[in-house]
Amino acid sequence: MKTIIETNNINKSYGAVTALHDINITVNDGEIFGLIGPDGAGKTSLIRILTTLILPDNGSANVLGLDIINDFKSIRNEIGYMPGRFSLYQDLTVEENLKLFATIFGTTIEENYDLVKPIYSQIESFKNRKAGQLSGGMKQKLALSCALIHKPKLLILDEPTTGVDPVSRKEFWDMLKDLKKAGITILVSTPYMDEASLCDRVALIQGGKILSVSTPQSIIDAFPKKLYSISADNMHKLIIALRNFEFSNTVFTFGETVHYTDRRNSVIQTGEIMKYLQNNDLKEIKINEINAGIEDCFMEMM
Amino acid sequence: MEAPNIVIKVENLTKKFGNFIAVNNISFEVYKGEIFGFLGANGAGKSTAMKMLCGLWLPTSGNAKIAGYDIYKETELIKKKIGYMSQKFSLYEDLTVAENIRFYAGIYGLSNQQIEAKTNELLSKLGIEELRNSLIKSLPLGWKQKLAFSVAIIHDPEIVFLDEPTGGVDPITRRQFWDLIYDASNRGVTVFVTTHYMDEAEYCDRISMMVAGKIEALDKPSILKQNYGVSTMDEVFLKLARG
Repeated sequence: MKTIIETNNINKSYGAVTALHDINITVNDGEIFGLIGPDGAGKTSLIRILTTLILPDNGSANVLGLDIINDFKSIRNEIGYMPGRFSLYQDLTVEENLKLFATIFGTTIEENYDLVKPIYSQIESFKNRKAGQLSGGMKQKLALSCALIHKPKLLILDEPTTGVDPVSRKEFWDMLKDLKKAGITILVSTPYMDEASLCDRVALIQGGKILSVSTPQSIIDAFPKKLYSISADNMHKLIIALRNFEFSNTVFTFGETVHYTDRRNSVIQTGEIMKYLQNNDLKEIKINEINAGIEDCFMEMM
Repeated sequence: MEAPNIVIKVENLTKKFGNFIAVNNISFEVYKGEIFGFLGANGAGKSTAMKMLCGLWLPTSGNAKIAGYDIYKETELIKKKIGYMSQKFSLYEDLTVAENIRFYAGIYGLSNQQIEAKTNELLSKLGIEELRNSLIKSLPLGWKQKLAFSVAIIHDPEIVFLDEPTGGVDPITRRQFWDLIYDASNRGVTVFVTTHYMDEAEYCDRISMMVAGKIEALDKPSILKQNYGVSTMDEVFLKLARG
């Protein structure tokens, strides 16, 4: 298995704020690697270090076998990068933007059209429209086309789906899957925990520290407690009742149910919880033991 | 059950930009104390509709009453009766926590005495008395968002509009934020909220789904799921938005 990205104890501070603390991750050839964490976790700082836009305070990293400090120019030529904010030229047309990126990387649209075609063809009918006048979804497709036009081996995307509705998010991940099939390694960051399952491996990151690096399944399998999904007729009353229950450990809402863990490690009598909730005037109570999701795991590690 | 108190009444509301119909003849009602989820894909017309309901933009046609006031003639009265918070703009970064509270409370016309009392109440409720004199920019995003919400309802508005209030915040803070929403709703504040998190859609009493300028569905989450024969709001969203 070839290593595409490797970091060794990367640290980065901004004044008194530690943005990254001893970051060690390895991204393998051909995988989709997800950097999963909320705003302020350090995702963008790490990505900007790997794309050679900022320097780490200490630590080292290799990208495609090149050193992020000594070989920064080569790295910039080799990778495709889609920053978090829309970074294209608003006053150039769709086609002009793509042409510009192709020219900068010493290639042409025609030469690599095969790779961008599935994405670019969706916006090609607007090729004479200024980029600034595109809808959010179309801007995203153009930015991705521009990041791919020089046929990079590694694609780095900083929060491509933030603020994007669930339908467009799904479509974007479908595009990433196709790019993976074309042999491109992908490093992608996201604040949406549910996108973890779409990655081959993920790093959960919070407060500048990596909480865990593994496949989504092994992170889920390592959840240390029994987890229960509880629902009742009144959500808010249910949450308050469970929080006041003497053995409650964590009480988190998940859609129409509450995910509950108990402070006791022994086998839990769900009948006892049921009775307690009934005594608190709750009705239609359902209690089921369930498997954890990535979001449960993330909160457990926070 | 007594007839619910209507705080938002929208009738055939339409907004056109040239030939483009951003909001196309929408009608709905929102009840007092309700948590109303206003969902839709990017570009479906949510922001445009919300700007009209807040009295910021005039409609092309149609009518709406917000807290009993007309969105054509009484926009200044509407602004006094509503609170507004968005992910993008919340608090002034280079003012302290207390200064931000004072600023917003002042804008809404609270007296010095009220401001003092509200500031103490708010800080103690959030458990951040010690941050009173900290600059906003020194706070983590989660705290900013919770504070921004508390400030948005400092004048006890009838309705609070929340535009993607939890975007990007960590999963624990996101849930603490919803505790504040439930709390406000229990005190009778009507909550009108947009979100891209479909689990949060489940926390709403009722949900409307906007597709290409129209409201294509409006009901309780449980009934929407039943009607579309699916088990999650995510699937309801996919079915509606994909058409």
